[in-house]
Amino acid sequence: MLDYAWLMLVFPALGTLVIALFGTRLGKRVVGVLAPAMVALSFGVAVWMFVTLLGLPAEERTREVMLWQWMTAGSFSVNVALLLDQLSVTMALVVTGVGFLIHVYSIGYMHDDARVPRFFAFLNFFILMMLTLVLANNYLLLYVGWEGVGLASYLLIGFWFEKPSAADAGKKAFLVNRIGDFGLAIAIMLIWTTLGTLQFRDVFALAPTALTGAVVTAITMLLLLAATGKSAQIPLYVWLPDAMEGPTPVSALIHAATMVTAGVYMLARSAVLLGLATTTSTWVAVIGVVTALFAASIALTQTDLKRILAYSTISQLGYMFLGVGVGAYASGIFHLMTHAFFKALLFLAAGSVMHALAGELDIRKMGNLRAKMPVTHWTFLIGAAALAGIPLFSGFFSKDEILWYAWQRSPWLWLVGLITAALTAIYAFRAVFVPFWGQERDRKLFHHAHESPRVMTVPLILLAVGAVLAGYVGIPHFSLFETWLEPAFTAAKNTAPVSGGILEWVLLAISALVALGGAFIAYRAYVVDTEIPKRVRASLGWFAKLVENKYYIDELYNMVIVQPLRDLSGWFAGSFDKRGIDGAVNGIAGVTGWVGTQTRKLQSGMVGLYALSILFGAVALLAWLVIR
Amino acid sequence: MVPTSYYLILSAILFALGVVGVLIRRNVLIIFMSVEMMLNAVNLTFAALSIHFLNLNGQIFVLMAMVVAAAEVAVGLAIVMTVVRHKDTTNIEDVNLLKG
Repeated sequence: MLDYAWLMLVFPALGTLVIALFGTRLGKRVVGVLAPAMVALSFGVAVWMFVTLLGLPAEERTREVMLWQWMTAGSFSVNVALLLDQLSVTMALVVTGVGFLIHVYSIGYMHDDARVPRFFAFLNFFILMMLTLVLANNYLLLYVGWEGVGLASYLLIGFWFEKPSAADAGKKAFLVNRIGDFGLAIAIMLIWTTLGTLQFRDVFALAPTALTGAVVTAITMLLLLAATGKSAQIPLYVWLPDAMEGPTPVSALIHAATMVTAGVYMLARSAVLLGLATTTSTWVAVIGVVTALFAASIALTQTDLKRILAYSTISQLGYMFLGVGVGAYASGIFHLMTHAFFKALLFLAAGSVMHALAGELDIRKMGNLRAKMPVTHWTFLIGAAALAGIPLFSGFFSKDEILWYAWQRSPWLWLVGLITAALTAIYAFRAVFVPFWGQERDRKLFHHAHESPRVMTVPLILLAVGAVLAGYVGIPHFSLFETWLEPAFTAAKNTAPVSGGILEWVLLAISALVALGGAFIAYRAYVVDTEIPKRVRASLGWFAKLVENKYYIDELYNMVIVQPLRDLSGWFAGSFDKRGIDGAVNGIAGVTGWVGTQTRKLQSGMVGLYALSILFGAVALLAWLVIR
Repeated sequence: MVPTSYYLILSAILFALGVVGVLIRRNVLIIFMSVEMMLNAVNLTFAALSIHFLNLNGQIFVLMAMVVAAAEVAVGLAIVMTVVRHKDTTNIEDVNLLKG
């Protein structure tokens, strides 16, 4: 049965092709059915695979499905083959499941757009590439998917390319990602030269004996660089906030189901390698936790609803990195899954708000929207609660698990994670209270607001259910999720130990209190007494300004990297090209012309002169012959 | 028997006359005739030296030079005819189309 896994890829591929070729002729209505249907079928296959795997004994839940030989050159051979195991099937379920709901939502959201077929073709392509990435059984096929989602994100972020900001954001996403892609490419080459294979199974079997510490560290650091690009971590996170320029379903897709999870998945997939390189693992954890804190503090100050969510994604991805870094791979993937639900929910709810308010995203202009949009409000509230880690919502279980493993590695990691959790709770509820509660601030906007059509609210409700329930597969000590996923990581050396005791429950209680406390602070500051934020801001002085301007990182990158590059290109275009290259060409032409002008004087047109020169030549020749 | 040096001196005089004719005359036909005179001066040298060294190669070469000269005259006169038709002149200085 598992041999039919390729069907998962065929459906979105078919959707992409048909819609791309005949989309405009089929019309919006048909395309709007076709594209989600393809993803739904793909989801069906994923469920089928999942059930089949569940039916097998735990140690047999890995299957490779060979499709065809891709390329062979000497000893270099790569297949197009799929790897079905607990990890890849879980990812495929998330990608297709959440992806499907986003597709359905898009029917309503993109209803008035002129380029609906193109949009759905891109969406299907996105899903196809993400599935390729997730299901690949070797690094090269993973790389194909990796680049594919990069391309898809570029196309979709810049979907409204008439807007210069959207076109720029697309370019930025693509270029920043290229830096990471470069890391992945080098890592793959390094794996090939040292191990002679790219297939996951062989790489992980050979790695512990065949690789020296330095090589493993180099490979994993390059993989980490790749992951920071795709999963928007320090230092390559800058593209993600700008990616908000795309249509909201695209943001949801990028943040929840596809794209940003790729980095975490790739690191978790390379668990064996990470287990061999403790230095890199530490780096992953530190980058993760620092990014989490850093992005959470920025999210606290943003006023654009989607940007708050964007920074929260970066922050939550930081948690996943922390999990992967401390060896709790299953917890990292668990958080990835719960995050996919609540972040897709939050984005789609934000899209619903945008839809209702004619594209307005500034939360300072909103207020009391719960009166007009009850479904959106409730679902957003559930999403925010899950994001904040309020007990009994999904985010609580997954985040707490990561923090617990972080504690075992180092209490410092735990502490920073906990502070981040507090900030997360505050900004998550700020994003609820400011737009949805309180008084309406802009009367015209409020008047215009309305609940979204059912095609948009139903996915919201389904995702909200997921955001609540997804956590219950991973209740501490009864975790179905970990029992399911853990065998995929047994080969990795530093998988975190599962020791419990009273400490675990104390930490659990602390993080629950912190989440609730954060929510309470947000309630005090944004509902009861709205003067509090202003006072806090005033007391922080320059630091508040620093955070509000996102630590000037964009400006810094602009100054240190972009501007020098531009100046260099400018110099190349203006001076080097004009004077150097063009100068050389024109110079040669000039010299040739000058020589011509000089020598043409010999052609006097006087035959006598020619005859005389012949005579002189002959005499000279004769003289030479005689004298010699 | 006339000494060989006489022939050579005569030949040198003829050749020099030919050279001077080519250099200073303007009429194409005269120049042509001067060229022929140079050729024949050389022929004379060949013939004289052939007798002097009792070697027939020189005389054979004379025949070949005559053939070449005949061919050259044929081509040359044809060119002159065309020039006259186009420019209605035999003055070499009026023919300077290729002047740089």
